[in-house]
Amino acid sequence: MKSRRDVFQAIADPTRRAIIALLAVQALTPGAIAENFDTARQTISKHIQILTECELVRQENKGREIVYHLNPQKMKEIAEWAEQYRQLWDTRFNALEDIMKKYL
Amino acid sequence: MEQKTKIHAEPGKQEIVVTRDFDLPVALVFKAYTEPEILAQWMGTKVAKLECQSFGSYRFETTDPMGNVHVFSGTFHEIVPDKKITRTFLMENTGFEVQIEYLDFESVSESKSKLTMHMVFRSVEFRDKLLQMPFAFGLNMAHNRLEDIFK
Repeated sequence: MKSRRDVFQAIADPTRRAIIALLAVQALTPGAIAENFDTARQTISKHIQILTECELVRQENKGREIVYHLNPQKMKEIAEWAEQYRQLWDTRFNALEDIMKKYL
Repeated sequence: MEQKTKIHAEPGKQEIVVTRDFDLPVALVFKAYTEPEILAQWMGTKVAKLECQSFGSYRFETTDPMGNVHVFSGTFHEIVPDKKITRTFLMENTGFEVQIEYLDFESVSESKSKLTMHMVFRSVEFRDKLLQMPFAFGLNMAHNRLEDIFK
Protein backbone atom coordinates (compact mmCIF):
# COMPACT_ATOMS: atom_id res chain seq x y z
CA MET A 1 0.00 0.00 0.00
CA LYS A 2 1.23 3.46 -0.84
CA SER A 3 1.97 5.50 2.21
CA ARG A 4 0.00 8.66 2.68
CA ARG A 5 2.59 10.06 5.04
CA ASP A 6 4.14 13.37 4.24
CA VAL A 7 7.92 13.28 3.96
CA PHE A 8 8.21 16.85 5.16
CA GLN A 9 6.14 16.04 8.22
CA ALA A 10 8.45 13.13 8.86
CA ILE A 11 11.62 15.18 8.78
CA ALA A 12 10.15 18.08 10.77
CA ASP A 13 10.61 16.05 13.96
CA PRO A 14 14.01 16.50 15.68
CA THR A 15 14.27 12.86 16.80
CA ARG A 16 13.52 11.60 13.31
CA ARG A 17 16.09 13.99 11.86
CA ALA A 18 18.62 12.63 14.36
CA ILE A 19 17.79 9.08 13.23
CA ILE A 20 18.30 10.13 9.60
CA ALA A 21 21.65 11.63 10.55
CA LEU A 22 22.71 8.36 12.21
CA LEU A 23 21.61 6.30 9.22
CA ALA A 24 23.36 8.63 6.83
CA VAL A 25 26.64 7.34 8.29
CA GLN A 26 25.78 3.64 8.37
CA ALA A 27 22.96 1.12 8.37
CA LEU A 28 21.92 0.23 11.93
CA THR A 29 19.79 -2.25 13.82
CA PRO A 30 16.79 -0.86 15.74
CA GLY A 31 18.68 -1.54 18.99
CA ALA A 32 21.74 0.37 17.83
CA ILE A 33 19.56 3.33 16.80
CA ALA A 34 17.73 3.35 20.16
CA GLU A 35 21.03 3.34 22.08
CA ASN A 36 21.64 6.88 20.85
CA PHE A 37 18.57 8.22 22.60
CA ASP A 38 17.33 8.50 26.17
CA THR A 39 13.79 8.00 24.92
CA ALA A 40 11.97 4.71 25.43
CA ARG A 41 12.82 2.14 22.79
CA GLN A 42 9.18 1.91 21.85
CA THR A 43 9.11 5.63 21.00
CA ILE A 44 12.14 5.21 18.76
CA SER A 45 10.48 2.22 17.07
CA LYS A 46 7.48 4.42 16.33
CA HIS A 47 9.75 7.06 14.79
CA ILE A 48 11.49 4.42 12.66
CA GLN A 49 8.09 3.13 11.57
CA ILE A 50 7.07 6.61 10.41
CA LEU A 51 10.33 7.03 8.51
CA THR A 52 9.79 3.63 6.92
CA GLU A 53 6.19 4.40 5.97
CA CYS A 54 7.24 7.48 4.07
CA GLU A 55 10.04 5.45 2.48
CA LEU A 56 12.86 7.61 3.79
CA VAL A 57 14.22 4.55 5.56
CA ARG A 58 14.30 0.98 4.33
CA GLN A 59 14.31 -2.20 6.32
CA GLU A 60 16.66 -4.98 5.32
CA ASN A 61 17.05 -8.45 6.77
CA LYS A 62 20.65 -9.39 7.39
CA GLY A 63 20.67 -12.95 8.63
CA ARG A 64 18.61 -12.91 11.75
CA GLU A 65 19.03 -9.18 12.20
CA ILE A 66 17.04 -6.29 10.86
CA VAL A 67 18.99 -3.24 9.78
CA TYR A 68 17.68 0.10 8.63
CA HIS A 69 19.28 2.23 5.98
CA LEU A 70 18.46 5.48 4.24
CA ASN A 71 16.66 5.51 0.93
CA PRO A 72 18.85 7.87 -1.11
CA GLN A 73 16.17 8.18 -3.80
CA LYS A 74 13.68 9.63 -1.34
CA MET A 75 16.28 11.94 0.17
CA LYS A 76 16.92 13.20 -3.34
CA GLU A 77 13.23 13.93 -3.79
CA ILE A 78 13.33 16.25 -0.80
CA ALA A 79 16.25 18.05 -2.34
CA GLU A 80 14.37 18.30 -5.62
CA TRP A 81 11.39 20.00 -4.02
CA ALA A 82 13.70 22.76 -2.92
CA GLU A 83 15.31 22.59 -6.37
CA GLN A 84 12.01 23.42 -8.06
CA TYR A 85 11.64 26.46 -5.84
CA ARG A 86 15.23 27.44 -6.58
CA GLN A 87 14.54 27.24 -10.30
CA LEU A 88 11.52 29.51 -9.93
CA TRP A 89 13.73 32.22 -8.45
CA ASP A 90 16.53 31.50 -10.87
CA THR A 91 14.14 32.14 -13.77
CA ARG A 92 12.95 35.39 -12.22
CA PHE A 93 16.44 36.61 -11.38
CA ASN A 94 17.70 35.76 -14.88
CA ALA A 95 14.89 37.93 -16.23
CA LEU A 96 15.75 40.69 -13.78
CA GLU A 97 19.35 40.58 -14.95
CA ASP A 98 18.41 40.67 -18.64
CA ILE A 99 16.01 43.56 -18.14
CA MET A 100 18.39 45.63 -16.01
CA LYS A 101 21.32 45.20 -18.39
CA LYS A 102 19.50 47.65 -20.65
CA TYR A 103 20.02 50.30 -17.97
CA LEU A 104 23.79 49.81 -17.80
CA MET B 1 29.20 25.27 -13.25
CA GLU B 2 28.59 27.36 -10.16
CA GLN B 3 24.90 28.20 -9.80
CA LYS B 4 24.07 31.89 -9.68
CA THR B 5 20.95 31.27 -7.62
CA LYS B 6 21.33 29.12 -4.54
CA ILE B 7 18.78 27.89 -2.05
CA HIS B 8 19.32 26.91 1.54
CA ALA B 9 16.37 25.21 3.25
CA GLU B 10 17.38 22.97 6.12
CA PRO B 11 14.89 20.32 7.21
CA GLY B 12 12.90 21.30 10.28
CA LYS B 13 13.64 25.01 10.05
CA GLN B 14 11.16 27.84 9.60
CA GLU B 15 13.22 29.63 7.01
CA ILE B 16 14.45 29.63 3.44
CA VAL B 17 17.48 31.55 2.27
CA VAL B 18 17.88 32.25 -1.44
CA THR B 19 21.05 33.95 -2.67
CA ARG B 20 21.80 35.30 -6.10
CA ASP B 21 24.90 36.75 -7.73
CA PHE B 22 24.14 39.43 -10.30
CA ASP B 23 26.32 40.81 -13.07
CA LEU B 24 24.82 44.18 -12.26
CA PRO B 25 25.70 47.10 -9.99
CA VAL B 26 23.76 46.88 -6.75
CA ALA B 27 21.77 50.04 -7.58
CA LEU B 28 20.20 48.36 -10.63
CA VAL B 29 19.16 45.28 -8.66
CA PHE B 30 17.58 47.52 -6.05
CA LYS B 31 15.85 49.52 -8.78
CA ALA B 32 14.33 46.31 -10.16
CA TYR B 33 12.62 45.84 -6.79
CA THR B 34 11.32 49.35 -6.39
CA GLU B 35 10.12 50.40 -9.86
CA PRO B 36 6.65 48.92 -10.46
CA GLU B 37 6.98 48.59 -14.26
CA ILE B 38 10.28 46.76 -13.96
CA LEU B 39 9.15 44.54 -11.08
CA ALA B 40 6.05 43.58 -13.07
CA GLN B 41 8.24 42.39 -15.94
CA TRP B 42 10.63 40.09 -14.13
CA MET B 43 8.14 38.82 -11.55
CA GLY B 44 5.59 38.16 -14.30
CA THR B 45 2.79 39.80 -12.36
CA LYS B 46 0.60 42.86 -12.43
CA VAL B 47 1.79 45.36 -9.82
CA ALA B 48 -1.35 47.02 -8.48
CA LYS B 49 0.41 48.92 -5.73
CA LEU B 50 4.03 49.49 -4.69
CA GLU B 51 4.56 52.10 -1.99
CA CYS B 52 8.29 51.88 -1.35
CA GLN B 53 8.53 53.46 2.07
CA SER B 54 8.34 52.30 5.66
CA PHE B 55 4.82 51.01 6.30
CA GLY B 56 3.85 51.50 2.71
CA SER B 57 2.17 48.48 1.16
CA TYR B 58 2.27 46.54 -2.06
CA ARG B 59 -0.12 44.35 -3.99
CA PHE B 60 0.58 42.00 -6.89
CA GLU B 61 -2.21 40.45 -8.92
CA THR B 62 -1.33 37.44 -11.01
CA THR B 63 -3.81 35.85 -13.38
CA ASP B 64 -3.30 32.15 -14.02
CA PRO B 65 -4.05 30.45 -17.36
CA MET B 66 -7.53 29.54 -16.07
CA GLY B 67 -8.26 33.19 -15.47
CA ASN B 68 -8.10 33.02 -11.68
CA VAL B 69 -6.53 36.03 -10.03
CA HIS B 70 -4.02 35.34 -7.24
CA VAL B 71 -3.22 38.22 -4.94
CA PHE B 72 0.12 38.64 -3.16
CA SER B 73 0.39 41.52 -0.76
CA GLY B 74 2.37 42.90 2.14
CA THR B 75 3.85 45.86 3.94
CA PHE B 76 7.31 47.35 3.72
CA HIS B 77 8.89 47.80 7.13
CA GLU B 78 12.29 49.10 6.19
CA ILE B 79 13.72 50.34 2.94
CA VAL B 80 17.36 51.38 2.78
CA PRO B 81 18.31 52.28 -0.81
CA ASP B 82 20.80 49.83 -2.37
CA LYS B 83 21.06 47.96 0.92
CA LYS B 84 17.95 46.51 2.42
CA ILE B 85 14.24 45.82 2.10
CA THR B 86 12.29 44.27 4.95
CA ARG B 87 8.73 43.36 4.07
CA THR B 88 5.90 41.01 4.92
CA PHE B 89 4.48 38.75 2.23
CA LEU B 90 1.08 37.10 2.08
CA MET B 91 -0.56 34.89 -0.51
CA GLU B 92 -4.16 35.89 0.00
CA ASN B 93 -6.89 33.25 0.38
CA THR B 94 -4.50 30.32 0.37
CA GLY B 95 -4.45 29.40 4.06
CA PHE B 96 -0.83 30.51 4.25
CA GLU B 97 0.08 32.94 7.01
CA VAL B 98 2.20 36.02 6.56
CA GLN B 99 5.92 35.47 6.11
CA ILE B 100 8.68 37.99 6.71
CA GLU B 101 11.23 38.66 4.00
CA TYR B 102 14.60 40.26 4.58
CA LEU B 103 16.27 41.29 1.33
CA ASP B 104 19.91 42.27 1.68
CA PHE B 105 21.56 43.93 -1.30
CA GLU B 106 25.32 43.84 -1.36
CA SER B 107 27.78 45.46 -3.71
CA VAL B 108 30.56 43.08 -4.71
CA SER B 109 32.25 45.40 -7.22
CA GLU B 110 31.22 48.23 -9.54
CA SER B 111 29.55 45.76 -11.86
CA LYS B 112 28.66 42.87 -9.57
CA SER B 113 26.30 42.46 -6.66
CA LYS B 114 24.71 39.89 -4.45
CA LEU B 115 21.18 39.54 -3.13
CA THR B 116 20.28 37.49 -0.07
CA MET B 117 16.59 36.79 0.43
CA HIS B 118 15.85 35.46 3.89
CA MET B 119 12.25 34.30 4.35
CA VAL B 120 10.90 33.44 7.78
CA PHE B 121 7.68 31.45 8.22
CA ARG B 122 5.25 31.02 11.09
CA SER B 123 5.86 27.27 11.23
CA VAL B 124 7.98 24.55 9.68
CA GLU B 125 4.78 23.25 8.07
CA PHE B 126 4.14 26.51 6.22
CA ARG B 127 7.76 26.64 5.11
CA ASP B 128 7.59 23.12 3.75
CA LYS B 129 4.23 23.71 2.14
CA LEU B 130 5.62 26.65 0.25
CA LEU B 131 8.65 24.65 -0.89
CA GLN B 132 6.57 21.78 -2.16
CA MET B 133 3.68 23.84 -3.47
CA PRO B 134 3.01 22.58 -6.91
CA PHE B 135 4.28 25.98 -7.87
CA ALA B 136 2.76 24.74 -11.04
CA PHE B 137 1.00 27.98 -11.70
CA GLY B 138 3.76 30.22 -10.44
CA LEU B 139 6.47 28.40 -12.29
CA ASN B 140 4.65 27.89 -15.56
CA MET B 141 3.35 31.37 -15.57
CA ALA B 142 6.72 32.89 -14.90
CA HIS B 143 8.10 30.87 -17.80
CA ASN B 144 5.28 31.81 -20.15
CA ARG B 145 5.48 35.48 -19.31
CA LEU B 146 9.19 35.50 -19.84
CA GLU B 147 8.87 33.75 -23.16
CA ASP B 148 6.42 36.46 -24.17
CA ILE B 149 8.76 39.22 -23.10
CA PHE B 150 11.82 37.84 -24.82
CA LYS B 151 10.17 36.74 -28.07
